[in-house]
Order: sequence, then C-alpha cells, then structure tokens
Amino acid sequence: MDILNIKGISVSYGNIRALSDVSINVGQGGIVSLIGANGAGKSTLLNSIVGLVPLSQGAIVFDGEEICQAKSVHHHHLTTDLIVRRGIALVPEGRHVFADMTVEENLDMGAFMVRDQALIERRKAEMYDFFPILGARRRQKTRSLSGGEQQMMAIARALMSSPRLLLLDEPGLGLAPLVVQDIFNKIRIINEENDVTVLLVEQNAKLALKTSDYGYVIENGRIVLEDKGENLLNNERVQKAYLGA
Amino acid sequence: MINFFMLILIYSGVYALMAIGQNCITGSTGMLSLCHAGFFCIGSYATAIVCKVFGLSFWLSLPVAAIAAGFVGFLIGVPTLRLKGDYLCIATLGLGEIIRNIATNINPVGINSIPRASLFGYQFASRNKMAFIFLIWAFVIIFYILFQQLAHSRLGRAMTAIREDEVAAQSNGINVTKYKISSFVLGAAIGGIAGCFQTAYTLTVSPSSYTFMVSVMVLCTVVLGGMGNAKAVILGAFIIQFISYFQQLTGLTNVIPPQANQMIFGLILVVMMIWRPQGLLGRDKYRYGDPRTWRQKIAESFGRKKGGER
Repeated sequence: MDILNIKGISVSYGNIRALSDVSINVGQGGIVSLIGANGAGKSTLLNSIVGLVPLSQGAIVFDGEEICQAKSVHHHHLTTDLIVRRGIALVPEGRHVFADMTVEENLDMGAFMVRDQALIERRKAEMYDFFPILGARRRQKTRSLSGGEQQMMAIARALMSSPRLLLLDEPGLGLAPLVVQDIFNKIRIINEENDVTVLLVEQNAKLALKTSDYGYVIENGRIVLEDKGENLLNNERVQKAYLGA
Repeated sequence: MINFFMLILIYSGVYALMAIGQNCITGSTGMLSLCHAGFFCIGSYATAIVCKVFGLSFWLSLPVAAIAAGFVGFLIGVPTLRLKGDYLCIATLGLGEIIRNIATNINPVGINSIPRASLFGYQFASRNKMAFIFLIWAFVIIFYILFQQLAHSRLGRAMTAIREDEVAAQSNGINVTKYKISSFVLGAAIGGIAGCFQTAYTLTVSPSSYTFMVSVMVLCTVVLGGMGNAKAVILGAFIIQFISYFQQLTGLTNVIPPQANQMIFGLILVVMMIWRPQGLLGRDKYRYGDPRTWRQKIAESFGRKKGGER
C-alpha cells in the first residue's frame, strides 16, 4: 500500500524545466530516499509535494487522494497549509527555523494545527524526551543553537503535528559527519517507533541509501535509477557518481 | 504652554492608535506597508459623513470608520499582499496616494463644521482639551490591551511565524494569505479609528491632511518605538509628536522651518536602522503565551532589583 504516489510530474521555473516526468512511489511505513547532485531537482520535488511549487504536468496522490494536479488539466490545487493538514510535514532545506523564537515557541508553532493544549504539552514532552538537547535548551533562542541542534529542532517541530509522511530536505546539510550520523539514527527511530513514513532527499548518498528501504536517483530533473537501498549502494553507476568509488 | 502640551497629548493619542495599527501590519506580520494615511483618511471621512450628512452620533461612526477602513484594507490587501518587501511598500504607497486623490477630486475643500461628539449630554468641544485627552487615551489603552491579547492569540502566533519565516510558517500548516490579510485588515481598521478621533477633535476633514508624510510619520513612530511592541509604539508616537511640534512649543518657529521635521524623521529612521534596529524598547521578550502570571512578573522584577544590589 503506497501512501504517496507521484505520477509523472513536471515542474518548470519559467523556461527552465526542473523536473520532467518524475514518478515516485512511497510505501506506507518505509523510508525512501532520493539522491542526486546539486540542481538535480530534489528540493523542487519536495516543494511540489506540499504545493509550494505548481506542477505543469502530472499529479500527486497522498493516501488515495489527489492533493496536487497540473494546472493545465483543471484548476485543482490545494494550498500548502491544506496539504500539510492532511498529514504531511516538510522539514525545508536549510532548516528554516524561527531563529528569534525559543525552542519551545518553535515547537508550539509546529503544533499550530493542534488545538488541544494538553496534547501539545504531551507531544512537547515526547520531543524533549527524544531529543534531550532540545529539552535542555527549551528556553533558548533557536539562533543560539548549533547547526545540528537546529536541524533536530526542525525535525521535532515537523513531528509536532504528528504527520503520517515526513519530508526531509537535506537533513545533513552543512553538518559534521558524526552529527549527521546521529540525525539519521533518529530518523530511523522515528520511522520505526512512530510509524512515520519518510521521504528524504540527500546528497550524502551512502548514508541516505543505508538508512532507506528504497531509493531513487535523480539527474537533471529525471529519475534515472530506482531500486532497493542496498542494491543501489552496490550499483556501479551510483558508486561511480555518488560514492566516489 | 500647558495648552500646547495638551494638544501634543491629543495628537500623540491619535498617532498612537495609528501606530498600533501599523505595528499590527509591519511590526507583527512583517509587511512593509506605507498607506496608513489612506486608512486614516477613510476613517476621518467616514466619521465626517456619518455625523454631518446622516446626522448620526459620533459613537456610531466609530464602528463605521473601522469597518470602512478595514474593508478598503481588504480590497488593497488581496492583490498586493502577494508582493514582498519593497514591492509591497511601493504598491501600498501608490494606493495610499490614490485614496487621497480620490478625496481631493470629489471635494478639494473637504467637509467642515462637523457636529461635536457627545457623551451622556456632555459635548466634546475642541477648546476643552482635557476631555479629549481622556477620550483618546482611553481608546489607546483599550486598543493596547486588545493588541496585547491579539499578540498572544492564535492569530498573533501565526502573524509572528509569517514575519519570521514564510516558508516555515507554510510548512507548519499556517495559511499565510489568510493571516496576512487578517493582519492588514485589522491594522487598517485601527487606522480608521484613529481618523475617527482626528475628525472628532478638529471637526473638519480636508484631503490635504492625509499626505504621504503621514504614512511616513506613522512608520517612523513604529520603527522608533520598537517593532512588534505596542508599548514602545505608543512611546514612539509621543516622541514623534513632540518633535513635530517642537518649534511651536519652544517658540522657535522663526528659526527652525517646519520642513526641518521631515529631515529629522528621515534622520531618525537612518540612525535607528544603524544603531538600534529593534527600536527604543525592542520587541516584547515573550512574543506570545507569556508563561508567567502577573504575580510572577512583579516578583521577578523585584527579584531582579535585589539581584542588582548584591
């Protein structure tokens, strides 16, 4: 059973085509990764899922319901907030934390759609439990946190709405290898224990593929390869292009 | 002299109301708008028309002014709020001028001899400044409290999130368009109410008093006081009014030309941006949901003093 089907979508920024005929299926409960170089269209893909970027072709189905469709067919396009409300959370590239707010205020923002105060408190406690460093810094401005801590906070904030699908845009961007490892471990735990399906986009192909059940390779806006995570790791082309072997 | 001081208090009350409105738009939501003079104008005209043409009470004109300005804010907001930063600023600047020009074209003289406001049979005459001070500042306090409540509400949180980071706000499920427009309409409505009091005091409206300079002055007030902090904005309103009446107050009208004000405002904006971009008082420490009760606040402020002695 797939939770997300991306059906042959194309996205253009003006004359420049960022994605052409991309199809991706994300199975319920799995971790799927999308690897590719800079400018391959990875972030565009995630942004188009949550409706930040309009499609010029194709459609996106979440949980059996069409959430995005190309405008040319007919005008049916949910706004980002409505898509997010259905249970998708995006951790945007470069984290996009509310830097001048405290960690706790950031988490409150993540729970914007939740109206039950007791539930918010419970989830915050869970997050502090899961990311102890955030608990220790709950009253600190997010600006003062290190890159890795900010990334964890961004993930925690996304989890506050208890999404069914978590989209992660380069969670390892600009972080030390040990911190990246730590974050990927957390992602795996989130996936296994909270039953959150994960679609992650990453340049660190090795770690991403090791963590995932299934992987896609994107080049110049096209999917060029797809296979199980471990098979991709052993694939000659992937090894040459992304693993430096 | 004391009379003049009271006049400044009245005008700073009016500007404080406008600044609270502008603060809602610029300080809380981070939209740089420059058409508060337009909303001020609509509020003033709405009051003038309700009181003079329809002969209704001033108190009835209050909600009419707010709704009229808010509605125009909505009309302006829907197309322009897709724009960001400088573009929004230029678009709203133009629209503010359009409002004034429409007023000028309809009737360049404006509306005169508007009936006075009255409360329980008491007439608010312009020469009795004390009564006006109480009236206006009562409303400033009301709107201050309302704004504080708003800042701590769901709407306030959404506004803060949009100001801080639109992408993050959207990916947290905040309907950016909806909250931007709400904030704009609210700010416009408060601007309209400020216009209402202006009319009640001067008893005349004329298009020439709603120039672009007014918008700049209001923005200046917000920047000077501290964006996103209602208390600071009120302080800013007082300082700005004091500066603009400084020559008259000190009897130096012959020495300092009135144009000097514009230079001073420009200078204030530049100096503040360089040395204290957060404004005189800065932002509220707790943006929303201050976890402390007022008892704790008092206890904490005493505690800090004790700590200082040690």
